[in-house]
Amino acid sequence: MSACRTIFGREFSSYFATPLAAVFLVVFLFLAGIFTFSMGTLFERGQADLRPFFQFVPWLFLFLAPALSMRLWAEERRLGTIEIITTLPIGIGHAVTGKFLAAWLFSLFALALTFPIWITVSWLGDPDQGAIVAGYLASAMVAGIFLAIGSLVSAMTKNQVIAFVVTVVLCFLALLTGFPVVLDFFRGWLPTDAINLIAGVSVMTHFTSLMRGVIEVRDLVYFATAIYALLAATALMIDWRKSI
Amino acid sequence: MAELINAQNLYKSFGAIRAVNGVTLRVSAGEVVGFLGPNGAGKTTTMRMLTGFLDPTDGEITMGGFVLRDDPIGARRTFGYLPEGAPAYPDMTVRAYLTFIARARAIPAREIAARLDDVVKRVHLGGVIDQVIETLSKGFKRRVGIAQALIHDPPILIMDEPTDGLDPNQKHEVRELIRTMGSTKAIVLSTHILEEVEAVCTRAVVIAAGRVVFDGTPDEFERQAPATVTRNRMDSAFRTMTSPASEVVS
Ligand SMILES: Nc1ncnc2c1ncn2[C@@H]1O[C@H](COP(=O)(O)OP(=O)(O)O)[C@@H](O)[C@H]1O
Ligand SMILES: [Mg+2]
Repeated sequence: MSACRTIFGREFSSYFATPLAAVFLVVFLFLAGIFTFSMGTLFERGQADLRPFFQFVPWLFLFLAPALSMRLWAEERRLGTIEIITTLPIGIGHAVTGKFLAAWLFSLFALALTFPIWITVSWLGDPDQGAIVAGYLASAMVAGIFLAIGSLVSAMTKNQVIAFVVTVVLCFLALLTGFPVVLDFFRGWLPTDAINLIAGVSVMTHFTSLMRGVIEVRDLVYFATAIYALLAATALMIDWRKSI
Repeated sequence: MAELINAQNLYKSFGAIRAVNGVTLRVSAGEVVGFLGPNGAGKTTTMRMLTGFLDPTDGEITMGGFVLRDDPIGARRTFGYLPEGAPAYPDMTVRAYLTFIARARAIPAREIAARLDDVVKRVHLGGVIDQVIETLSKGFKRRVGIAQALIHDPPILIMDEPTDGLDPNQKHEVRELIRTMGSTKAIVLSTHILEEVEAVCTRAVVIAAGRVVFDGTPDEFERQAPATVTRNRMDSAFRTMTSPASEVVS
């Protein structure tokens, strides 16, 4: 556990050693503002809630989570420090978890900085606070699952650009498979069970269900299981191919 | 003295390439083994297997009494490792980096400052301790790599080309350091500088094309040169052992 904290600490402070953290936060908040206030019809709807903001969160994280996760392991490979980290007396699972938690906490920090939107809406009207909490929870989960996908991809390459592009594509697919249009497309030639399975593993399905304001155990279990499985796969990947 | 490294019949293949082809190496405390061989002979691959970074295709490794395959974490506690090229995180200061390594090696928090002081003195890093690693010269970077390997005062040291790229003064310093530690630790260092063997090693192991072609004292090593050779006898011995012609014979 203390090994996990050590890895976490180094990773987290590395974000602030470069302008990366600042650039990330500015881009994230800027886009969140634009999406919510100009495209999201926050005011025009005449309804005080954060739905328009939360709807855009998966699309924001679609690009920003891979930007955070791409360096997690690819950077270790490029620098050669993977040879140090994998020969230190710490379990690879602890290293994978520590790095993931650093990236996740950082994205939660970005998410937390959107609190002015919450304040604005609360000040203008009387929103359902429970729905807002659920929305933030759903957003945190989407960030987590995208970062876990990114962690696995990053473990497979020493090229951060490749890690970024592949992660964006995989996250995009994970979102896309939850949309009725896409599911309808499959419906023509796949059995109903397969369609339900595709919808069931889609990030979008569970995000929407959480965001609707009903915190269901089923959705939380989905996110927790998916993140755990992806991190376990990352650890196996690194253990299997320490040098590439 | 106690045997700390025991590697039996190591093989490593990368696809069709046989990088290491039946290497056996046993090292006890008090020995400084110079691991010699031409480029591509399999030195780095062998050291990577000793530290568990690479899994051997075949063979068995015991480090400090721990079977690497059965208890990798236990084995990793017993050695310090300087990988080829001395990798480190460029955006960290020397102090932050060494503190990170000390924590990862589970050195108690109250002892870390003292350990850092000690290792920084030994490796002569005092002047750059708060400098960011990417701004250091090659010689200092290498020393950071050595400090990182020494911070927990391990019984075993594995160093891949510890003096590569250093100027003559720095080489001398590093050799002195290795020599002073050699009386109590089991040290394996790879090099292709033959004078290094004479200067610091108690034993020379030469590999060529993945096989051990010589294992003995530096004196015995020199005696491998043809009697007619009078100057640079180590060079001559090295060439005799590792040239492709001699492989055919062995
Ligand atoms: N990851 C790898 N994939 C494929 N071949 C490798 C890999 N690592 C080393 N080799 C090959 O194994 C042989 C031994 O390399 P190495 O152990 O680095 O030699 P040395 O350190 O003695 O110069 C070389 O032919 C090298 O090209
Ligand atoms: Mg080498």
